[in-house]
Amino acid sequence: MYFSISPAKGCGNDVPADEPFHNDYIMNLKRIWTIFQARNAEFFRDRAAFGWNFAFPFLIIVGFGLIFNGREFKQFKVGVFPSTEQIIHLADSTLPQAFQQDRHIIFVPIADRSDGEKKLNHHKIDLLVDAHSSTHAYWINDSSPNGSIAERIFLASFMAGHQIPEKGIIHGLQIRYIDWLLPGIVAMNMMFSALWGVGYVIVRYRKNGTLKRLKATPLTALEYLTAQMFSRIFLLMFTICIVWLGADLIFHIQVRGSYILLLLIFFLGGLNLCAIGLILAARGTSEEFTSGILNFISWPMMFLSEVWFSLEGSSPWVQTLSRFFPLTHVLKAARSVMSDGATFADIRWECGLLLVSTLICLSIAALLFSWNE
Amino acid sequence: MQPILEVKNLRKCFSALQAVQDISFRVTTGTCFGLLGPNGAGKTTTLEIIEDIIEPTSGEILYKGHPRSSSFREEIGIQFQHTSLLNFLTVEETLRTFAKLFREPADLEEIIVRCDLTGLRKQRNNRLSGGQTQRLMLALALINRPHLIFLDEPSTGLDPQSRRNLWNIVKGLKDEGKTLILTTHSMEEAQHLCDEIAIMDQGTIIAKGSPDELIRAHCGLISIILPRSACKVDLKTLPFAIQQQGDELIILTPEIHAGLKKLMDLGIDLQDVSIHSPNLEDVFLHLTGKRLRE
Repeated sequence: MYFSISPAKGCGNDVPADEPFHNDYIMNLKRIWTIFQARNAEFFRDRAAFGWNFAFPFLIIVGFGLIFNGREFKQFKVGVFPSTEQIIHLADSTLPQAFQQDRHIIFVPIADRSDGEKKLNHHKIDLLVDAHSSTHAYWINDSSPNGSIAERIFLASFMAGHQIPEKGIIHGLQIRYIDWLLPGIVAMNMMFSALWGVGYVIVRYRKNGTLKRLKATPLTALEYLTAQMFSRIFLLMFTICIVWLGADLIFHIQVRGSYILLLLIFFLGGLNLCAIGLILAARGTSEEFTSGILNFISWPMMFLSEVWFSLEGSSPWVQTLSRFFPLTHVLKAARSVMSDGATFADIRWECGLLLVSTLICLSIAALLFSWNE
Repeated sequence: MQPILEVKNLRKCFSALQAVQDISFRVTTGTCFGLLGPNGAGKTTTLEIIEDIIEPTSGEILYKGHPRSSSFREEIGIQFQHTSLLNFLTVEETLRTFAKLFREPADLEEIIVRCDLTGLRKQRNNRLSGGQTQRLMLALALINRPHLIFLDEPSTGLDPQSRRNLWNIVKGLKDEGKTLILTTHSMEEAQHLCDEIAIMDQGTIIAKGSPDELIRAHCGLISIILPRSACKVDLKTLPFAIQQQGDELIILTPEIHAGLKKLMDLGIDLQDVSIHSPNLEDVFLHLTGKRLRE
């Protein structure tokens, strides 16, 4: 089956004027399907790599499940309302001095109580306090392990005989930390799998001559890259479903929105990350250099895309930088669907952004791609 | 006969290095053309430019009288010197995968039998020996029923038996009217398989022609080698060009039977005689002053 896509990198010299308009401007689905199948077969038969793709996210999830049952974080985020913009006037507040000066606490300005409760619900803050309450009202999320520690620090800061602060618990269905964490783990696994599974593998193929062998066939660069990308996406979606199912069996993951929407978000995110991997692998034969570049991209993305922790309260430039990472948008959309039951209309911008970014990255990769340089 | 391939003034530079320097040649349909030369002579670079794997710095390549078009890849088969395959696919799956990339693939069974891969169908690529991999690579080069076949050092790493089998396959392809271009640094292989040879050294073609033509033109004389003690006559009376090397006499003659007869007539003892016919190695030595494997 043939269909016209765009000029693809075909074989070299000029086409004679009398040559019919065919292969160079055609993307062949049969060839894409062939490479897709070959790559999948290779992945599924490489038991070590295949097993690790499942084991890694499971180990992380189970590990964190255990860790958050008992251990503390060094710092806790306390939301303070009412605060205007990014300013908190702690001096005017009724909060105890000891609490204000606690070096384990980061204070996050919150506009009002409802905004604070939402952030508490989403594990973006660990404790919410009313800065001007005479009863020292505070709120925690009962499912947050950090919340109970932050609460203990807060209560300990009141002197003996002082009025006991008024405790509040957020209403509605609470989001457990594991519910907040799971999409992050899945997305992180997706990022590593997409970047390394596509970028690193293509560089290795180029280095050992596999790409050169394929260049000696009518396969075009765009066909090859498309097949690679969809092969990885297929494997990613398969892995995500298995991991999610496993996590659900153990932790009973709460999803308020549509599973189909969740799959769509991860599909688009995976496409985008694969396309970025393709750009990184477009040229070069050094696995070491490629590995360095992949690390350079993936590590900031892992820490600044809210995989492990919320960026609430971090400096504005960090938050701005995080918006350049596709993983940020994947997680924002996924958590909205999971926690708030967001519909497609609510996450359309994130989906659109990921799709446009994919098309741009794939086009750049196809233009830059070299089989044997 | 119409040449299937014409190479005109081909040049390839890698930064300051001129790997291929202004070479031209033609390959006639249905023949086996050999690029013979030592390692680093520019044979593989030349071949890969023609195959459209790398871009030339300048020059022109005509396939069937025209610049190579998009259908060129459908009509050629390539066996690379250094390449790799998907490790976890079997031999049969690899062949099937590559067959699907072409419009008119060959019959898989025929290729498997021809390249002696029958017993290796279910073997994974990463478990093949060097010789088995070479046979698979050859099978891939034939998977699309190519008109023009490129073989880059096809017998490297093969044992003598496998090399003979490879040569038989190449001869079979020639009998079918296929055109072959091969690179080799084995003079025996070139002499055995090639109808025409271009000898390359340092990026240039230093001689061209059929093996017999090259040998006749550059080292036409046969050497009759005798121990010095076997020749009791005055050397100046012998009607041959003679070289003395240590205890040996090298008598050069254009015709072996006539030369031996003359020596027998002169009463020279031929019991310890040895004869060396010139080959392409001698041609190369004559032209460059060095041996092919130096």
